[in-house]
Amino acid sequence: MTERINMLREQSVNAEPSLTIERALIETEFYKKNDGKYSIPVMRAKNFYNLCAKKRIYIGDNELIVGERGPKPKAVPTFPELNCHSVEDFKVLRSREIQHYAISDREIEKYKNEVIPYWKGKTQRDRIFNHVPQSWKALYEAGVFTEFMEQRAPGHTALDGKMYRMGMKDFKAKIAEHIASLDFLNDPEATDKQDELTAMSISCDAMVLFARRHADEARKQISKIEKALAGGPAYKVTPFSGESQEDAYRRRIKELQDIIEVCTWVPENAPRTFREAVQMYWFCHLGTILELNGWDAMNPGHFDQHLAPFYEREVAAGTLTREQAKEFIGCFWIKVNNHPAPPKVGITAKESGTYNDFTNINIGGVKRDGTSGESEVSYILLEVLGELHILQPGCSVHVSEKTSDELVKAACKVIRLGYGYPSLFNPDTYVKELVRQGKSLEDAREGGCSGCIEVGAFGKEAYLLTGYLNVPKLLELALNNGVDPVTGKQISIATGDSREFRSFEDLYSAFLKQLEYVVLEKIKVNNYIDRMFAKYAPATFLSVLIDDCIAKGKDYYNGGPRYNTDYIQCTGLGTVTDAMSSIKKHVFEEGRYTMDRMLGMLKADFKGYEYDRQWIVNHTPFFGNDDEYADSIAVRVYNDLFRTIEGRPNIKGSCYHMNMLSTTCHIYFGKVLGASADGRHATLPISDGTSPSHGADTHGPTAVVKSLGKLDQSLSGGTLLNQRLIPQILKKDEDLTKLGQLIRAYFGLGGHHIQFNIVDTATLRDAQKHPEQYRDLMVRVAGYSDYFNDLCADYQEEIIARTENAAF
Amino acid sequence: MSEVRYPIFDIKRYSINDGPGIRITFFFKGCPLSCVWCHNPEGISRSQTRMYTVSKCILCGACVQFCPAHALKAVRGRGVLCDRDLCTLCGKCAEVCPTKAVEMASKTYTAEQVYAEIAKERPFFTTSDGGVTFSGGEPLYQGDLLIQLLDYIGQAAEKDGYRLHRTVDTTLFANQELVREVSHRCELFLVDIKMMDSDRHRKFCGVPNDIILENIRMVASEGAAGYLVRIPLIEGINADTENIEATASFLASLDRLPKYVELLPYHDIGKNKHSRMGTQYNKNNVPMAVPSEKTIEDALGIFKNYGVPAKV
Repeated sequence: MTERINMLREQSVNAEPSLTIERALIETEFYKKNDGKYSIPVMRAKNFYNLCAKKRIYIGDNELIVGERGPKPKAVPTFPELNCHSVEDFKVLRSREIQHYAISDREIEKYKNEVIPYWKGKTQRDRIFNHVPQSWKALYEAGVFTEFMEQRAPGHTALDGKMYRMGMKDFKAKIAEHIASLDFLNDPEATDKQDELTAMSISCDAMVLFARRHADEARKQISKIEKALAGGPAYKVTPFSGESQEDAYRRRIKELQDIIEVCTWVPENAPRTFREAVQMYWFCHLGTILELNGWDAMNPGHFDQHLAPFYEREVAAGTLTREQAKEFIGCFWIKVNNHPAPPKVGITAKESGTYNDFTNINIGGVKRDGTSGESEVSYILLEVLGELHILQPGCSVHVSEKTSDELVKAACKVIRLGYGYPSLFNPDTYVKELVRQGKSLEDAREGGCSGCIEVGAFGKEAYLLTGYLNVPKLLELALNNGVDPVTGKQISIATGDSREFRSFEDLYSAFLKQLEYVVLEKIKVNNYIDRMFAKYAPATFLSVLIDDCIAKGKDYYNGGPRYNTDYIQCTGLGTVTDAMSSIKKHVFEEGRYTMDRMLGMLKADFKGYEYDRQWIVNHTPFFGNDDEYADSIAVRVYNDLFRTIEGRPNIKGSCYHMNMLSTTCHIYFGKVLGASADGRHATLPISDGTSPSHGADTHGPTAVVKSLGKLDQSLSGGTLLNQRLIPQILKKDEDLTKLGQLIRAYFGLGGHHIQFNIVDTATLRDAQKHPEQYRDLMVRVAGYSDYFNDLCADYQEEIIARTENAAF
Repeated sequence: MSEVRYPIFDIKRYSINDGPGIRITFFFKGCPLSCVWCHNPEGISRSQTRMYTVSKCILCGACVQFCPAHALKAVRGRGVLCDRDLCTLCGKCAEVCPTKAVEMASKTYTAEQVYAEIAKERPFFTTSDGGVTFSGGEPLYQGDLLIQLLDYIGQAAEKDGYRLHRTVDTTLFANQELVREVSHRCELFLVDIKMMDSDRHRKFCGVPNDIILENIRMVASEGAAGYLVRIPLIEGINADTENIEATASFLASLDRLPKYVELLPYHDIGKNKHSRMGTQYNKNNVPMAVPSEKTIEDALGIFKNYGVPAKV
């Protein structure tokens, strides 16, 4: 790590996340003046332009890659057009125990007077909650599912390689061509398309203006430094060791001149150098997250593949060294870390409680032609990841059959450091997933994972996560005839009194009926929300970057992309399997308990039934042990989730697919679930992703991956497997090789993803007692890592409860 | 064949320290040695062993109630105590225990069942060149039945279309003819050399070491199977320069050097197992300690001087 990177890293790590009302103020003023003057897309684009023209520009001490969404690092704007925070929200946000955001009384007061009155009743969130039917609300409030889009814009996408070949100028030319070819005589949508395309063109101008303003800011800083050099007031440029202040000034002037050159060239033009390529991506990233607060922030996709041609060309020409390239990447990494997630409130904060905004850099993988995508840049990215040890961005290594053992080992080396990064993905499986969903083979290969584990075709797809489904809750509804035993309310359809079920099949068919009812309820509202975004909150800048929005003249939210997926994320496969396995064995096969007795024990949360609870926990085949009895139930449930969700039409001419992600939602879902038949007490977390229930896997990691390998993972849009290993298991060099071989074996079985926590229970317990000594202890939560200290007690316990695999 | 049942007290998957690659390791019950530091003491006796883990016990009293020999008694603060004079090792207590706090160590497997467990791990053998390891206890204690088993699993794997890598982790305290037969049916021996002085060996391991050393000499010279040597390095027992010198010099004198020597620094994990068995670890208080970094370095240096590859 260079001195510069060290310094920038310190600043970033120590900066306190705060809220900035700047964006809301600029936007509200603009809307007050202009609302109604333009079509909605043009209004959105002009609003974006106005933001780019007026927001404060920040270039920090010794930075090389520039640009912030807020006025300073870690200052997060609000998006009142989507969800207008109340005074109460702000007070909760700044004082809550975890994920708090600083905001002053003065700012809250200003927000109360200038922002809230304008947006009240006009936000996306208002539109959604005013519309939803009671039947949906009953399920939502009981925690049967969540709704992703109620306070953040749909996002979940990653960019492809276009921007490294085309500047905004070129995008504008393409847009102009399409406007010119609109058929106003025959195409009833021509006017709408013209509005959308005009809006995209304005968004390109906005982006160029945003960059130019950085050049202006750099010029201002140069003149201040020149004055300081001439004996005027001092200007803050921190000298590197052995450097005099005067030398530092002179060095910084040169650096700022480079910044001027870069920001004048990109994003208007395609980048010419490695550095310009990094800056190009960063401007586009900022544009998309300033425009709207889409989930997953933004992802560069296969960053190593995009940067490799620049790197190779310049290294060969002698205009770039490996160290310089690494420093630019380090600067970029810190930039991502400067951007915590927008503050979430209510149920959304529970399903995704973290500062992490899920930018996920894909390393390795395959190219469009199917060959390995790794290059020297892949190793540089891994080095930066290991050395910087910061929360964001997330990072994943994509291990196909084509990937070299060296890259896998390099990944395992970083895994051993124990930050939970990188996670590992299997392109050979997700290419199948994407092709099965209807993508071309080349587009599928160019795809990968953004955010946690969800996959899509980079730069060509909107793949929206629409919310989590609490699968064990569906079993609970089937056991209780549609009544939520937690509240006693009838929240779903009646599917029969389970005490009269004669066989496991009766119970299973009640479960299927609950599943279908709930999925359809969810989809009805999803489709409505999708439409609301298409209508009221088009993402006109993002649409420039995603094929084929320009060609179709349609917005990212309105079916513009080449592929349009809605995902429903099913949570708790392990728990529902184990609970079914228990009922099947102990009630229907061995008759140890009647259904009545089982329901009684669940209702009592096993109070007074500890012997039986222990019996169930220790004498039931559980998922994750390579045991056919349990695994066949898991496969069956998984296939039925797929059959129920797959292919239901969305409003964008495409359809729904199943995903198996959980983020932190399994903790929330556990809270709203009574005791389950696998012996789990009420309110404890359910299983995460497609991982086994905590502590249920007692036969080590090979048995776990064998069980997971029985699921046809190509049916999903992503599965998630957490494994916790104690550090001793990775002590020796050959241990790293063996971990790599375990990963390869899982991927050979069709696994989609696996990630590791390398930490022992004693360390985690000690960290709970002495948080101050573990400030940088990072753990893998779901598809991302987080600081252990930033997790609330529930989450910490959840991590500790994950089965610890020791060295054998 | 199907009538033979092998007593096995543990099966470990993702076994990464018992031979090449990712392995599955079977631990056979019964061992002619009784090393004071043994970390698998439940593997020593050939007959059944009752294991009781107090931390898992919820004091439900089921075992006490069901014990036909009235050998069990619940004692507040100490869990359920077993009168070993009355206990017939019938295993009823383990059958009714809801938490598996009580378990009978030995479970029996037919050759077919052993192979079924091995076959489950095949995807990992493929990516890692791993295989199966027979450990213990002492697998050679099974005598000719071990030969049958090695043949059976080798042929079963062949039928399934792959070559199974078989490792035998052994003391080599066995009849020479048996060792020779086994050496033709496995790819690798993991052999322990505890110490070179036969009297001390008898004192700390219960048997002299001359048979062991002779067998090592034979394995080295006949070369049917590869071998590597493992030394549990224990301060106070065998970490002294004299013993290491003697070991290195012995190995250097063989017709074929081991692939390498692996030093396993002492740990007292056996303590926990003894407490579960209701027996006492290191009854005679033999002084044993974890070797210092320097002791380990010195030992590695000695092997190097003799030209014997060694690592920790």
